[in-house]
Amino acid sequence: MILGELNQLRDREIQSRKKITLRCCMAAGCVSSNSKGVFEALQKAVAESGLGNEVEVRGVGCMRLCCEGPLVSVNQDGAEDSLHVRVTSENAASILAYLKGGKARTTRVDAGMPFFKKQMSIVLSNSGIIDPERIESYIAVGGYSALHEALHEMTPAEVVSMMVQSGLRGRGGAGFPTGLKWDTVAKSPGVAKYVICNADEGDPGAFMDRSVLESDPHRVLEGMSIAAYAVGASQGFIYVRAEYPLAIARLQQAIKQSKQFGLLGAGIFDSQFCFNIDIRIGAGAFVCGEETALMASVEGKRGTPRPRPPFPAESGLWGYPTLINNVETFANVAPICRHGAAWFASIGTARSKGTKVFALAGKIKNTGLIEVPMGTTLRTIVEDMGGGAPEGGRIKAVQTGGPSGGCIPVEHLDTPVDYDSLSQLGSIMGSGGMIVMDDGTSMVEIARYFMEFCMDESCGKCIPCRAGTVQMHRLLDRIARGQATAAHLARLEELCEMVKSTSLCGLGQTAPNPTLSTLRFFRGEYEALLQPEMPGNEECLAGVSGQVS
Amino acid sequence: MKIATMRNEAEGRRVMQHASGDKRFKILEVFMKKYQFRQDSLIEILHKAQELFGYLDDDLLLFVSYKLKLPPSRVYGVATFYHFFTLKPQGKHTCVVCLGTACYVKGADKVMSAIEAELKIKAGETTPDKNISLLTARCIGACGIAPAVVYDGTVSPRATPEGVLKTIKQWTES
Amino acid sequence: MAAKTLTINGRQISAAEGSTVLKAAEEAGVEIPSLCHLDGVYDVGACRLCLVEVKGASRLLPACTTVISEGMEVQTGTERLIKYRRMTLELLFAERNHVCSVCVADGHCELQTLAYSLGMDHVRFDYLFPKWDVDNTHSLFGMDHNRCILCTRCVRVCWHIEGAGTKNVSGRGGQSKIITDLNAAWGKSDSCTSCGKCVQSCPTGALFYKGSTVGEMVRDRSKLEFIVNAREKKLWVYQD
Repeated sequence: MILGELNQLRDREIQSRKKITLRCCMAAGCVSSNSKGVFEALQKAVAESGLGNEVEVRGVGCMRLCCEGPLVSVNQDGAEDSLHVRVTSENAASILAYLKGGKARTTRVDAGMPFFKKQMSIVLSNSGIIDPERIESYIAVGGYSALHEALHEMTPAEVVSMMVQSGLRGRGGAGFPTGLKWDTVAKSPGVAKYVICNADEGDPGAFMDRSVLESDPHRVLEGMSIAAYAVGASQGFIYVRAEYPLAIARLQQAIKQSKQFGLLGAGIFDSQFCFNIDIRIGAGAFVCGEETALMASVEGKRGTPRPRPPFPAESGLWGYPTLINNVETFANVAPICRHGAAWFASIGTARSKGTKVFALAGKIKNTGLIEVPMGTTLRTIVEDMGGGAPEGGRIKAVQTGGPSGGCIPVEHLDTPVDYDSLSQLGSIMGSGGMIVMDDGTSMVEIARYFMEFCMDESCGKCIPCRAGTVQMHRLLDRIARGQATAAHLARLEELCEMVKSTSLCGLGQTAPNPTLSTLRFFRGEYEALLQPEMPGNEECLAGVSGQVS
Repeated sequence: MKIATMRNEAEGRRVMQHASGDKRFKILEVFMKKYQFRQDSLIEILHKAQELFGYLDDDLLLFVSYKLKLPPSRVYGVATFYHFFTLKPQGKHTCVVCLGTACYVKGADKVMSAIEAELKIKAGETTPDKNISLLTARCIGACGIAPAVVYDGTVSPRATPEGVLKTIKQWTES
Repeated sequence: MAAKTLTINGRQISAAEGSTVLKAAEEAGVEIPSLCHLDGVYDVGACRLCLVEVKGASRLLPACTTVISEGMEVQTGTERLIKYRRMTLELLFAERNHVCSVCVADGHCELQTLAYSLGMDHVRFDYLFPKWDVDNTHSLFGMDHNRCILCTRCVRVCWHIEGAGTKNVSGRGGQSKIITDLNAAWGKSDSCTSCGKCVQSCPTGALFYKGSTVGEMVRDRSKLEFIVNAREKKLWVYQD
């Protein structure tokens, strides 16, 4: 493939567009509400009405308002005309009647509502627009031109410095500067180097990466290819959770097409650059989101983490320098290449650049996917975009960062969402799960829920996490059941601190976070459950008074 | 017995075949060949093995370990580390209740207890008649339509205790 | 090999480039407690007892896997570290059934010795009293999972020194268990060479010689050391 061919493909695809496009969401959320049936019904209706030359029915990726799926968007002459929600295979055909000036039997929502209006799309710019199963659809919106530009107009060092200047930080949770990571891998000596895309989105309540992979898989492949060129790798892996069958299928399809078009393999775009990507499917272990555990899993081993240093950038997969980035991080690469580092750095806050995709879920009216500039306040996200709590409930807290994060109370809703502000509140940005809780949710219960999660997901290698999570869970359980005293609470806090400081990997180090943050903001809820201290209580609490010998 | 035959053949440096003559072993072997019997493909191979056989029994794990030239203990260690792999036969139907945070705050725990009460089994167990296996998941990424339940691989949105029991009853009555 | 100078607990010492903090401290006569480290096999940094404070590092670092650097300032026994070590031991004692008075390794147990030296005289957490089994099927050795602390020394000697790969870890988290082959009875194992290295490596009474009774299980690490030295430092020269 050369640039001319790429442009030809793009032009042909654009010319073949029809006057009216009916875009039907085919991402996992809507598929489970039978969007496939809707898609087929629409196709049938178009064929029957003889509008085949004017109307195209296109299966697309996530259209974001997941709670109202299946979604169908009508586009006329390139502009969005209307958005139909909760479409069924029975009433789908009436959308065609609506197009002819008749009445649609479907519910429509205002595409200008704050949920959509306040979004800013970089990562999701193609999501819900292109057909994720056709590479031509991605090429038509400028896909793979960034890779061409990088390969032919930039040196690897220039690509790295562009990433440094963009100020992009890792979207997997910790927020490590991406450019710095690329630079380290590029400078590490090694006969082989690897690029890994971490798509093991394990945080319960997070589905951004799944949506990106299902909606725009080629964007991730392009980002990985640019990264590989920058750091000097020739083999890539995408580690995807087995829980995401649709994302896996779309990725497999995308890789196959890229190979057919010569966009993966040897001599890409007539250059010296060779790159291949293999998919590795996870098997249900949250800890494999941790990069050293992920690498162990790619190597076919038990997914247990190992101490760092050495960091993967220096000694990673099979001991070679390895670049590991998250799906969303890679998805940001091609846009940065196309529009420049300065453009990207102009979005967001001083220390957090660009946008962030959040999965909005829980006790809130509009659940789904949103992408907002860094620095947007939680209030804007939850109240304006999310529409607040449903049916008269009151929002109590917002949970970010999953089992590694914390609960932010409603008083702090004016906090801007960026890496630093969230960590000041004892939470983390995390991968982007945002779960809204209303006043019916017990915070002790939530802390126990997350601790149970960490206990189940602990790999068992290091003692503080393996045995500590078990004991913390017991203490939380005791408190929740109203069988604890102030001594138990003190012990819990002491243990939280110890597990946080001594655990081997991120899972253990952050496992106490939900407990610590709920203790910080909702201490009263814990204390209300405590029993008065009784004389001699302390003795019996210790169980068998443990003599060493 | 099956294993013994296999190993003797291996020592004879002949092409190893599983003694049972079960075709699925042949399919698995072709799959392993695609990965050039690389040891780092163990997890992909266990996925395939489970897809073919439904679960991973000792015989099957031993077959994989010999083919990849890995110590059996290593294969067993990997198979038991990942929740996705099961070493016991599953029921005819599987019902997976997502207990991710979004589903949990929207009442997935109530859905779960309703099923547990109806089937008289706990999460992770299979009914005595081997009809239904009840499993849990830690977020399947369908948070927008929480609580989500997966019936035989098909995700179903906005589950309620009543709705779930209706589906379960169809299984128990058929 | 170049030497590096560093300070441990304020005292300036020098050690060979590339050595770990644990090794450097040991050579300087500073003891850092550890349960998963074993001379001769690779380190995993799992027990977290050897954590030390290094000036400038944001986190505590495991001495067994941290390589020394010039000018490093290490603290090995601060109040905070001792508190954490004590809690780590408490967690271990509560996790399985460690009853010293009836244990074959009583008096020769690394876990027990550490508990004494760190002054861990009681456990503030709930004892879990799990019911693990005892594998007595092997003709020479036995394994009592109730006394296992999952340090994986046996797994590593079996793989790294003996090369048999008989032992490994199954399950995960608190359900982790040391297995032989496909979780089979030890006595039925095809891969075990009955070399006994795992028994020598065990820090507690989990692995023992059959027939040993309370306090009789004494270990002899010199054999392990001998083999590793011979292999890695090429001390065995074939003479005919």
